[in-house]
Amino acid sequence: MGQTTASAMPLSASRRTTLWREIRRNWVAYVYISPFFILFAIFGAFPIFFSFVLSFHQWNAITPPQWVGLDNYVRLFQDRLFWLAMWNTIFIGVIAHIPILGGAMVLAFIINSAAVRFKHFYRSAYFLPVVTSPVAVSLIFSTLYGVRFGLINWVLVTLGLPPIDWWGGNGEWIKPAIIILFIWRWLGWNMIIYLAGLQGINPELYEVAAIDGANLRQIFFKITLPLMQPIILFTLVLSTVGAMTIFDEPYLLVGTTGGTNNAGLTITMYLYDRGFRFAHLGYASAMAYVVSAVIVFVSVLNIRFFGRSRTEV
Amino acid sequence: MTPSETTRLIETARRDARRKPRTKRWRQLAREIVFNGILMVGAFLSAFPFYWMFILATQSTNQIFSWPPQFTPGDNLVANYQNMLTIIPFWRNFANSVFVGVTHTALALLFCSMGGYAFAMYRFPGRDWLFAVLLATMMIPWIAGIVPWFILISKWLQWINRFEALIIPGAASAFGIFWMRQYIQESVPSELLDAARIDGCHEFTIFFRIVAPLLAPAFAALGIMIFINNWNAFLGPLLVMQDKSMYTLPVALSLLRQDPRRGFDAGVLMLGTAMATLPMLIVFLIATRRFMAGLTLGALKG
Repeated sequence: MGQTTASAMPLSASRRTTLWREIRRNWVAYVYISPFFILFAIFGAFPIFFSFVLSFHQWNAITPPQWVGLDNYVRLFQDRLFWLAMWNTIFIGVIAHIPILGGAMVLAFIINSAAVRFKHFYRSAYFLPVVTSPVAVSLIFSTLYGVRFGLINWVLVTLGLPPIDWWGGNGEWIKPAIIILFIWRWLGWNMIIYLAGLQGINPELYEVAAIDGANLRQIFFKITLPLMQPIILFTLVLSTVGAMTIFDEPYLLVGTTGGTNNAGLTITMYLYDRGFRFAHLGYASAMAYVVSAVIVFVSVLNIRFFGRSRTEV
Repeated sequence: MTPSETTRLIETARRDARRKPRTKRWRQLAREIVFNGILMVGAFLSAFPFYWMFILATQSTNQIFSWPPQFTPGDNLVANYQNMLTIIPFWRNFANSVFVGVTHTALALLFCSMGGYAFAMYRFPGRDWLFAVLLATMMIPWIAGIVPWFILISKWLQWINRFEALIIPGAASAFGIFWMRQYIQESVPSELLDAARIDGCHEFTIFFRIVAPLLAPAFAALGIMIFINNWNAFLGPLLVMQDKSMYTLPVALSLLRQDPRRGFDAGVLMLGTAMATLPMLIVFLIATRRFMAGLTLGALKG
């Protein structure tokens, strides 16, 4: 915008009055956008800035905060539970998202193909888990995962397989339990996004490819995937944030400490534990900053890898 | 390739397709069966847990712990309901969720449509710069400021156990404003605004009397999205609401499930879950198309 660049330069008196007149003439627009900027300043920008300051302090919200320099960060990097929670979170996020994104793409491709009827029915069915709250989903799955009387174990025993001790042992089944739940809940959401993207692709492209003798696999990898690149990027960025901040599901399945051997302790749960149950506010703030840095870093990586357009369509 | 050439090629392909050899038609049929089979299994897996939730809600502990499990409704619905009410004030929690959801959604729609309208229809100094800031805020993980956010809510604003804490902070979302801007740019003609201005309408009249009615479909789509997110929110209400009577439904439900190792009454738990989930399922089934339209507009233009 002309006005925007002008405001960055030293202004002559007359240009300053024109700018001022433009601002006055459009005062309504500033009124309209002000709720966002006011609310963001109070509930967004201020906490984020204050969190940074707090991460260099020790504070329990009662006695005055004490400056400790980088102490919180140093302790954080020596904290075994922090690394464990980080590992759990990344493990759950990565392992869950391979089938979520891959499966969503394949299902969307199948639904979009001409060979399928009842498209609306399938769309709605796959989307049902998404409108359900994570709390409700976790509670439903906690009954399915019942060790002695759960439905999944009944199916396993009926098939002649040994039942799964979901929460016991060394806690080795806790992460799979969270991952299965996560896949069930998020596959449909990504599928709907991909389906909308697929429906935006000109069907003549497929017809031309078919004429040239391309088979289904070639069409999928050579036409569909490259054209879907921006939408894949969109889902990747959102998935990164969602996976790194996963809280509701493990919290409800295995409780605040993450179950046996803390196998289900995620980074947001650990932050909740330190910050809100034990009031180590400075320490929790430092943790929040490290997690946010990881999220931003992974998002930038995603954009680097998937943001480049490989097609000229 | 010129357009006419393309059409001609497509025409030939279509003619070829009509006299396909038999093997090819068989292969197509096989593909159709495999595709539909996969989708059917997936749809079953998506929907079955809901069926199971409703079944367990009607069963007593004995029926739930029977082997093999019963796949038909039990006869313990009333007792489960009464037990649930001894643990949580369900209808109070339900009313809290409805009140917070409705007021938050109404406020959010007002702020988002105002913001989206300004960014779409006015050319004011600093517009592009401010819009870039708005988009950038979407990239900031909310978790970065959660600790001071809670201090702000609890100590300085004194909003513990108050609905304001769940209604106001997220009311002007960057995503909502961005979404509304896309919609308004595509569907509200600027000639309409010029005509209204020539007729001497005040700017506020133009927005609230002329533009806002045109946005009805957008209000519906974005409103459903905001409402469902609000209805399902857990961490925020968990932090802010510390009194049983102020809990929203997800927090109240989490109270029905105690320690996983000590066990819980699955019938009571599933009844509460079913009663909290049912309204959203109904809203979704009525407004499926609206909802998905809203979701995908945000994704595809993003």
